[in-house]
This record gives sequence, structure tokens and C-alpha cells, in this order.
Amino acid sequence: MELQRNTDMRYDLQVIASWVESGSRVLDLGCGSGDLLAWLTANKKVHGTGIERDQNKVAQCIAKGLTVLQGDFSREVDDYPDKAFDYVILSQTLQQVYEPASLLYSLARIGSRVVVSFPNFSHYSIRLQLLFRGMAPKNEQLPYSWYDTPNIRVITLNDFRKFARDVGYRIVREMAINTHHHEVTGKIVTNLTNLRATYGIFSIEKDR
Amino acid sequence: MHPERQEDKGTELITEKRFFTFAEPPEKMVLENGAELGPVTIAYETYGTLSPRRDNAVLIAHAFSGDSHAAGYYTDDTARQKPGWWNSVVGPGKGIDTDKHFVICSNMLGSCMGSTGPSSINPETGRPYGLDFPMVTIGDIVAAQKRLIDHLNISKLLSVVGGSVGGMQVLEWCLRYPQMVRSAVALATTMRHSAMAIAFNEVARQAIMADPNWNRGDYYHANPPTTGLAVARMVGHVTYLSDEAMRRKFGRRLQDRADFSYEVGVDFEVESYLRHQGSKFTRRFDANSLLYITKAADYFDLTNNRGQGGESRSFTAGKTKYLVISYSSDWLYPTYQSRELVQALKRAGRDVSFCEIEADAGHDAFLLPDERLRNILRGFLDGVAEKH
Repeated sequence: MELQRNTDMRYDLQVIASWVESGSRVLDLGCGSGDLLAWLTANKKVHGTGIERDQNKVAQCIAKGLTVLQGDFSREVDDYPDKAFDYVILSQTLQQVYEPASLLYSLARIGSRVVVSFPNFSHYSIRLQLLFRGMAPKNEQLPYSWYDTPNIRVITLNDFRKFARDVGYRIVREMAINTHHHEVTGKIVTNLTNLRATYGIFSIEKDR
Repeated sequence: MHPERQEDKGTELITEKRFFTFAEPPEKMVLENGAELGPVTIAYETYGTLSPRRDNAVLIAHAFSGDSHAAGYYTDDTARQKPGWWNSVVGPGKGIDTDKHFVICSNMLGSCMGSTGPSSINPETGRPYGLDFPMVTIGDIVAAQKRLIDHLNISKLLSVVGGSVGGMQVLEWCLRYPQMVRSAVALATTMRHSAMAIAFNEVARQAIMADPNWNRGDYYHANPPTTGLAVARMVGHVTYLSDEAMRRKFGRRLQDRADFSYEVGVDFEVESYLRHQGSKFTRRFDANSLLYITKAADYFDLTNNRGQGGESRSFTAGKTKYLVISYSSDWLYPTYQSRELVQALKRAGRDVSFCEIEADAGHDAFLLPDERLRNILRGFLDGVAEKH
């Protein structure tokens, strides 16, 4: 698959950006300083909205001309009408959400497609650490200790696939990648993804 | 961007107050309550240059006691002592950049800073209107601004910007003339007054009306109700500050003394400050205008327009891009009220940005120099201008 390389965005965001159709309506949850939204607005003419908790990042986004709301997205998403967006993007955050099932339900209500990316907890480095050290694993994607991690949900690619099947989401597209958190390069993993990928990216929609 | 010009360095605007008169009888202006008013004069100022396509106009709506002098200095103010009330935001290279935008600020209908209000001469009697002045609403104030914008031959505003009661006018513009408003910036404002905001306004009004000099609004040829007006301002001023700001500014410090006086006069710095603010206000503002404008603000309700048959109003028309800003220590129009506005805009499918700026200065924060506000406004307006 061809990705746009002329960007210094995080690699998973580059993949997500390549999935978004031109001119669509996009909601980016936890949009940070607005890298993805700015890229999509400039290159794909999307009608983008972001939600971000941090005041300074929100101010930066608005100063870039982006449409961004300051707030807690799990509450903010409730105000939108059904199918207000073509894409709702939740990148590298699902593992930090207290009620992921109800959040995804809300997102699938307001967006035709929900795109999520998250670190894969069944990567072999994590499995080996648990097997040989017998302690809560850490790696570049999940660098925290058990007592200070914001990543309260342990998700693997297989877990997410099963969740989607059980709850009734159709996986429209998925991609397993190898990268680390702030790196702007990466590669696509095609074999043994649940073992070898550091991140999974899924585009899902509610079954009709 | 001109970062080197962000501070005032001699590139100040020089401005003058102009006047536009319309609604000459018998073509009087019909107000929301059915009353007729005319002629109507609106005082205004402009800064910057209107583009050949007439598409770079930004209208600034001032807050309740403000005036048309938003930026720069008057020609005769050679000592540069009276900058406009938003001089930190409006000017060359500033947040609302007069090198790029043509900025208009008009004094609101019902005020006393050059526009027609209760202190103006009633042409039918040859005396000041006083309480014969019809009650005006935020809708009427905006309708009068619209006449000015038409007169300036501007069909679309790049933005309408305002804080507090000015923010109410911004929202009213969006509902009344959505096709004319490309973007709207509502700062430290609300869709409707809370009971608490109405209560403080009522205390202010009662202070004026309890002053024997008020004389049911007929005082223009006698001593005006300065005591009542000063007390009204003191109450208002407290609501514009915050607990934190007052603690920082005054604490419990005593004014020019080492110990309590054990008398009923001024002991604390905060008392002295409020008295000073109150008496300063009486030199520039008309008591009746305060009564009318606070009433207009209390009547304002974006969710239910009693004046027009009680139908609910909503932001369904137009492609206006909205920016809503609240301040963390504003307890007059707290952040939750801005969030309610944002919620209504989201539900209506509008393009809306929202930021709560951390500040301890209370409601007044939007008037104080702040780099964050400058950057946000500059970027937001640039974005709107580009989209054209």
C-alpha cells in the first residue's frame, strides 16, 4: 500500500490519513496539536473537528485555523447528531478509556466509520517479558509501570477482532504495523500480526 | 505575522468618532416591543482599510458600558492617554490585525457614548428622552448595527467579535443575519442570563432608582443620581472580578492606615478601590443607559424569544464558523454557560471551536492583554479569510 511520505506525522496517523476519503467529515478525538487534522484539511479538504483536553494544545489548534473543542471527548461526543461524521478517529487512546464498549457505541452512532489504533499487547517482546521475567511488561509502546500507567486496558489484535464480532461491528479495514510511539516511519506487518505488530489500526462500522 | 510589532511601539492607530443617522421620521425604526424610534444615530469608529472586494470587515460589539473607541487614540489625544478599550487586541499586527482587516466598532443603541439613548434629545419634546425612551433589546441593538453595516456597503462580515454583552450581540447577529456572518467570536458570554446575573443587575438598578436625584429618570437639567450610579458600578465591578483576583489585588490590606478606624468609613483597600471605580464611572456614564442596557441583557434569551411569539430559536441557517471562549475564573458567565452554547451549536451541526482560557481575573479577563487570546484570534481570523 502506498502511503504519503511527505509528512512528519506519527506513522499510525499516516496510515489513518491514507484511509480517509477526500472531502469527508472527520472527528479526531484527542487531536493533540492537530497534526492529523491539519494534514487532512490541507491535503484532503476534509471538514475536520478535533476534541482535546489540554488548553494549550487547543489554543495551538485554533491558532492554526482548525476547528477544535476543549473538553473530555467521552462526554463531548454525546452532543452530536447521528452520523454527523464520515470518520471518527480514536488513535492510541482506546487502551486508556474506562468504558471502551460504551464509547465505541457512541462513536459508531455519530460516525459512519470509526477508526481506532492501539498498541498490541500480544507483541512477542511483551509475551517474552512476561514469560521469562514474570513481571508486568514494558516496551517502547507501553513504557509505564503497573502503578503509573494510563493504559488501563490490555488489548491485543485478536481481542479487538473478537470484540468487534461479539458486539456487532464489521471490520471494514485493518492494518498491523511496526513502529514506535513518536517515530514517523514504520512498516506494515502482514504475517503473524498478533505476534509481530506493535500497533493495530481498525476501521469499523456498525452492522446494519 | 509581525511579532516585533506585537507590543505598542509607535505604530498606533489614530482614529476619530463618526456618526451615522437613520430612521428619520416618518421612517422610524420599529423596535422588538413594537415601539417606534427615530431618528437614530449610531456612533462608530473604523480601523484599517476596506479591501476592494469589501470582504475583510470585522465588526466588534462592545460590552455593556463600552463605547465605539475600541482601539488606537483620538486625533486630539496627543498625550496618548486614552487608548481604545481593546487596544491590546485590535491594531497593526495584533490579534485582530488592522493591517489585514477593516475593523468597525459602534456604540450600542441605548448607550450614552454618541449613539441614541435615554440621554438623547427627544425631537418631539425638545428635551432628553429619560424614561420616554423605548425599551430596546439586544435584537434592536443588532438591528441598528446592521443598518450601519448596510450604510458602509458591506454585504458580508468576515467576523463579528464581542465579549460579555458584546458576545450576546455576536450571537444575535448569527441568528438574525446568518448569511452576512462568515465567522463569530463569542467571548465570556452566555445564551441567557442566570438568575444570579439578573439579581446583580437588579441590585444595580435599585441603587440608581433609590437615589432621590434619579427623579424617575428626569434629571438631565438637575443633579444626576451619581450616588446610585456609583453604587451600581461597585456591584457590577465585583461581578467582573474573582475571589482570586481580589485576594491578589487587595487581600485584607488597609487603605492609608495602620489599624482599623472603628468608624464606618473606608478601612480596606478594596473599599477604596470600589469607591474610586464607582465615582470614576459617574463621570462617563448615564444612569438611565445603565437601566436600559442591563434590562436588554436580562431579556436576552437565545433559547426562547419571548419578544417574537415565544418560538424557540436555533442556529440552523448559514455557514458561520464559531469560536467560543470562556475564562476559568468568570463567575458571572461561568464556563458551563459557554459549554451550553457550544452544545447547542454542535447539535445544530455548526462548525464550532471552544477554548476555556485559564485566568484568575474573572469576567474581565477578556479585556486584559493576553498572548493566548491574541494568537487564537489571529489564527482563527486568518483561517476564515483563507477559506474565501
